[in-house]
Amino acid sequence: MYEKPKILPEGDKAVLVEFGNEISEECNDKVMALYGFLKEKNIKGIISLVPTYRSLLIKYEPLTIPYKEITSKIENMLSSIDKSSYKNAKVIEIPVVYGDEFGPDLEFVASYNKLTPEEVIEIHTKPLYRIYMLGFTMGFAYLGGMSEKIATPRLERPREKIPAGSVGIADKQTGIYPIESPGGWRLIGQTPVKIYDPKNERPILLEAGNYLKFVRIAKEEFYKIREEVNNGKFNVKTYDYAN
Amino acid sequence: MEVFKVLNPGLFTTIQDMGRYGYEHQGVPTSGAADEFSFKIANILLENPENCPALEITMMGPHLEALNKTFISVTGAQIPVYLNGNLVPNWSVIPVKKGDTITFGQLKSGCRAYLAVKGGFEGDFKMGSFSTYTRGNIGGYMGRRLLKDDILKAKETNIECKLVKVRDEYIPKYPSFMEVRVILGPQDDYFEKEMIDKFLSSEYTISKDSDRMGLRLEGPEIKAKKHDIITDGLVPGAVQVPANGKPIVMLKDAQTTGGYVKIATLISPDLDRLAQLKPGDRIKFKAVTVEEAHKILAQTEEKIRIIKETAVPLNYYNIKVKGKEYFSIVEVL
Repeated sequence: MYEKPKILPEGDKAVLVEFGNEISEECNDKVMALYGFLKEKNIKGIISLVPTYRSLLIKYEPLTIPYKEITSKIENMLSSIDKSSYKNAKVIEIPVVYGDEFGPDLEFVASYNKLTPEEVIEIHTKPLYRIYMLGFTMGFAYLGGMSEKIATPRLERPREKIPAGSVGIADKQTGIYPIESPGGWRLIGQTPVKIYDPKNERPILLEAGNYLKFVRIAKEEFYKIREEVNNGKFNVKTYDYAN
Repeated sequence: MEVFKVLNPGLFTTIQDMGRYGYEHQGVPTSGAADEFSFKIANILLENPENCPALEITMMGPHLEALNKTFISVTGAQIPVYLNGNLVPNWSVIPVKKGDTITFGQLKSGCRAYLAVKGGFEGDFKMGSFSTYTRGNIGGYMGRRLLKDDILKAKETNIECKLVKVRDEYIPKYPSFMEVRVILGPQDDYFEKEMIDKFLSSEYTISKDSDRMGLRLEGPEIKAKKHDIITDGLVPGAVQVPANGKPIVMLKDAQTTGGYVKIATLISPDLDRLAQLKPGDRIKFKAVTVEEAHKILAQTEEKIRIIKETAVPLNYYNIKVKGKEYFSIVEVL
């Protein structure tokens, strides 16, 4: 982490506040704190905010709020931010069916790490994964906290089509594909929940700053939940994150 | 109100407004008109609110059949517009009757034109915007580009509209070579000074692998101390430099975050002009300060105001001379 955050222009309509050059909870806490603070203040001329691992991008309308004013406002806030926004973090439970046609690489991930598939599932469902940021594609969450015991390199040759909801591992990362897309992650399972649903009033399920827990379900349950999801009758389980 | 039937959709025609803001933290690209300046003027001519959804036309225009009386305007790329086969002016209000056809000729300069309709097009309104984002299948016309036989609707209004045209001197030109202004950063410190100089003194050609997401450039390679960064926020106009050293300028469908180092970011008025470039066209970058960029932005807003105030009244006539009908347009001086 930097001793003093950097405030850098990104073109004529955005500033980037960079807290460090690392992926760490400490650094991301700072990002989320400034993000929470700015959301709360709702400053006229600030159009949108993009929190990432180690920086916050602030888009603004320069003819409404001049550059000098926005940077001085940020400077002021930086001296008074705390972890307040983290007190309201939620945990979202994502049901996943592991293995077989839902997770064709589960066996590989197990043998690569000299484990049994059961052990891989146990290790994968254990942590509360922090949602560091969303990006890359609509609704894609960058999760932190996966055990290195199940880290596996990407496929040498990416698959052309991966179904939406696929849960995969790429090196030390784990994640869920929000939409059907090509990709090189090792697939270990699939969730029936729609991470991105353009038909939904809230099309994107996950939010940066929250936590995610994978919960193992059986095949029959997958089909049952999927039907409920399609009928708009399924609600994901969420609860408060206890610090 | 149904306004048009799509007889031929053109190459890539989508409904756009000024974009989708406030969902970038969930990975939702802003999308929106690639050339906001032309988009705004198209609406201003029709006395619409600036942000009314309009068609963004790419290189080849659609063929439309009017299903009701309305008014349209076409701005942006110089592409001939025909009303029932008669050439009508771009950057002007065009009256349309039920049964009329609108067709387009061959593109002369620029890349993207905007067709606005009185009252604005209707469409899927998702996350605060009508803009089509085809990769996410949202907004505009069912989240996709127009197809043959689509029926376009406009908001029902009490249709009357002054016939006006933008003065010729205010119509932008889209040369195949242009200088675009950038603000260096946010990661210019990843580059040695010679590399920054090389970036600012070289000419780049727009590659054919370019779309609404970004323009890939061919030209002198720019090397960074490190090309990968910890993924952070990205705006349209950002110039990313991946490990092959070939810059990519992000456009409106750009993803919200990126992992390549950003040497510079285009100022927004120049991003509008850049969006009018085609594969094979060339650019050169010029660095300006944030303060200079904001002056240019204020001047652009002022220019829009002047365009609005100085529009020339226009009249369209069908004249009969010796039993033969002629179509004519008269500018009122």
